[in-house]
Amino acid sequence: MFKEVNQSRLKVDGLSLAAGKALFVDDMDFRELLIVKFMKSPHAHAEILSIDTSAAEAFSGVHAVIHHGNTPRIPHTTAGQGHPEPSPYDTYMFDKKVRYVGDPVAAVAADTAEIALEAIKLIKVEYKELEAVLSIADASKPGVPVIHDEEDSFGIYDREKNLAGHVDVKVGDVEKALADSEFTVEYEIETHYSQHTPIEPHICISYLEEKGRLVLRTSTQVPFHVRRICAKVLEMPEKNIRVVKPRIGGGFGTKQEVYLEYYAGMITKLTGRPAKIELTREEEFISRTRHPMAVKVKLGANVDGMLNAVEMDVISNTGAYGSHALTVMFNAGSKCLPLYGAENVRFNGSTVYTNLPVAGAYRGYGATQGYACLEQAMDILAEKLKMCPVQLRKINHIKKDETSPIFAALGEGKEGVPQFIKSTALSEIIEWGEEGLNWSDTKPHTEKTGRFRRGKGMAIFMQGSGIPLVDMASASIKINDDGSFNLNVGATDLGTGSDTVLSQIAAEALETTTDNIIIYSSDTDMTPFDVGAYASSTTYISGGAVKVTGEEVLKQIRMVAADMLKCSQEEIELKNSIATSKKDGKTKTYGDIAKYALYINNQFQIGYIGSHISPVSPPPFMGVFTEIEVDTWTGKIEIIKYMCGVDCGTAINPKLAEGQVEGAVVNGLSYALTEGYLFNKKGKMMNGSFQDYKIYNIEDVQGLEIKLFSTFEPSGPFGAKSVSEIGINGPIPAIANALYNAVGVRAVRFPMKPEYILELMEK
Amino acid sequence: MDIKVTINGVKKVFNADPGEKLLDLLRREGYKGAKRGCSTGDCGSCAVIINGKLVNSCLIFAGQADGHTLTTIEAIGTVNEPHIIQRTFVEEGAVQCGFCTPGMILATKVLLDKEKDPTLTQIREALSGNLCRCTGYVKIENAVIRSADKMRSE
Repeated sequence: MFKEVNQSRLKVDGLSLAAGKALFVDDMDFRELLIVKFMKSPHAHAEILSIDTSAAEAFSGVHAVIHHGNTPRIPHTTAGQGHPEPSPYDTYMFDKKVRYVGDPVAAVAADTAEIALEAIKLIKVEYKELEAVLSIADASKPGVPVIHDEEDSFGIYDREKNLAGHVDVKVGDVEKALADSEFTVEYEIETHYSQHTPIEPHICISYLEEKGRLVLRTSTQVPFHVRRICAKVLEMPEKNIRVVKPRIGGGFGTKQEVYLEYYAGMITKLTGRPAKIELTREEEFISRTRHPMAVKVKLGANVDGMLNAVEMDVISNTGAYGSHALTVMFNAGSKCLPLYGAENVRFNGSTVYTNLPVAGAYRGYGATQGYACLEQAMDILAEKLKMCPVQLRKINHIKKDETSPIFAALGEGKEGVPQFIKSTALSEIIEWGEEGLNWSDTKPHTEKTGRFRRGKGMAIFMQGSGIPLVDMASASIKINDDGSFNLNVGATDLGTGSDTVLSQIAAEALETTTDNIIIYSSDTDMTPFDVGAYASSTTYISGGAVKVTGEEVLKQIRMVAADMLKCSQEEIELKNSIATSKKDGKTKTYGDIAKYALYINNQFQIGYIGSHISPVSPPPFMGVFTEIEVDTWTGKIEIIKYMCGVDCGTAINPKLAEGQVEGAVVNGLSYALTEGYLFNKKGKMMNGSFQDYKIYNIEDVQGLEIKLFSTFEPSGPFGAKSVSEIGINGPIPAIANALYNAVGVRAVRFPMKPEYILELMEK
Repeated sequence: MDIKVTINGVKKVFNADPGEKLLDLLRREGYKGAKRGCSTGDCGSCAVIINGKLVNSCLIFAGQADGHTLTTIEAIGTVNEPHIIQRTFVEEGAVQCGFCTPGMILATKVLLDKEKDPTLTQIREALSGNLCRCTGYVKIENAVIRSADKMRSE
């Protein structure tokens, strides 16, 4: 049915990347480039009583030293979200107070990194140390220090209680339903700090172009938000800033933050020279992280297993600043709770400040943390009911043409929109997993003995596709003399393959081939607007924009072709870059048509700028079935098999879609089993290197079986839904359930490292 | 100090600071395919081939390359004339953001130069020093297996 989409076309920038030619931020040379380094707070919570930078400024090779005393004080959020951002404005370029170990105190721009680092040693800062808040549990205790006591920040829910955000949404009567239920479960976990670790750390180069405008060449997922937020913080009109996103070495959410660019811009503004900020790997670990969350789930069901009540309480730790504080917490509810069709639902969420590293957007965006608890609670309920956990999911999960009141009640920091499920393969996925893992042979942990014990676990999931009625994307398409097309999109390919996927969608809509599409993306001067790469929106929302734009351009092609072939537009058939008159079979190529429109008669540029928003956010669905082996002597968990079925609607590019799932799953596996932050007593992160913070390498991956299940989502471009985030939600609950099935213990803290498993088993 | 090397088949003399790392020298001289991911030798994105062995160029001083033969990703193939390994990485979907890709391809090249028909264990060991956060390694492993197949039947 499709010609260009649902095909594994080669990634359009693939060969360039494989040849080492594709240009990342740092792959262009700039004359007179200044290197910028940060002086970072050694304290988790302190007032800056005085700062003396005179010796640093006098140091040979230093060109600028910036700090709270000589930069504008503009409250803002670093969350690269749409305007107005639903995150509190609690951040400043520099402040008189530091709120975590690593908070920037000053920045030095020098001819070399070595000079900048030496100069930083010459800056004298007098601190007054304050009591620090170093855990979720301590954040809202009476009498705790107030982390954001500054007067000019706003959008904070209750600063006296260190509450960045709060929501309490009720549908039906959960308390009564729980009391009336024959079976109830209450389960509580706490998820951990982790970092995205894109292999390219955050980097930005700023410079003045020939007319004096500021250019920010940056590793970002959100170029348009970078322009808007930097304009505010630098007190410059947006028209004087251009943001260019070259190739990006991975993001996973951490590059949805706007916080390096304005420091570089400030240095360039002051010195007139190009300036580069490149985070070290150690700095990357305290740039932005995943929100740790304390999650409690209560479930109530009747003897038949039908859920009456689901309640989720979440306390999310946003660290020192409230980037994505409200929305990540909201998503723990809004992306998890609609999965099951209970009539009585409550979501009670709070986000607290602590004096720990700042959290932000991270693939999964709260859903990962919510499912870590919800899907374990479902297994506990199944055991109480003496029901197979697969069966419990089967009878309760949301199905086609069904809805959940949560869709309307909970959105991203505000109410959501009502929607019905129009595409889902979840039932098929569950059957596939059940069969593939021989689920009927599963024995309870009480029947297992010996040193090595195997266990099976499963869990199911949904996510979303963009933020409904908020996320907007646009695209422009024009035809060239030879019948090729320029496709300019604001959408941001950070390695995901969106340039390829969007080119395929354009080709399909334009009745041409993908190799006739020349794509250029993410440049605020050159491409139309797009909110950026987040919320699993690019294929669905930006793809929608490309499709409508292509369809409009096709209408223009049809019109010109009819003029050339002397027939009506209805008599024109367009296929494979050729217009054919059904009247006499005569043909014109797209090149003929372009030249005719550009040079011959009624000349005009065939082209269009189209935009797209969506009233709904159709969820992709996933089922995970895993078998693990636990070494009861060491506590080590080994994955024997990890089956992951995903319904992403029509996979525009199946190979790239599989790659998104594989990448998310492996990221999730190392998040579940090896990744974690070690803090000292003063709140300093102590393991900021790949030697001490273990992410998976190729030898760690085994037993993966990933399968895409095709459905057709009517609201998506050629039936597509999102795919990039959902995979990361699976490992914690599926492995935790398998762990229980193997050895009879439940993980409530993470990662599930051997020493923790042994500790659980010894209890 | 002057450093004499044969790089990508060409004899060159570079001027380097005594404390300069090889990665910094290479990038300064335009060999941008070597990437900086960690500066501690853990991620492999700066990998280059020195005398047939894979070396993390962020870990050694430029001076240590003096007198040796270097190969960077720029010599393996081009966009118009890619090496089989490069082409296969793209065909198999083993390239996502591409930041780790030059190092992965060089690691594969070193392996396949030595071992025409590597076992899965050999492949995994050869690439274990190269971190990728995008792909989950599944398609990278496939790409190495397919590259070996194609290179054998050439």
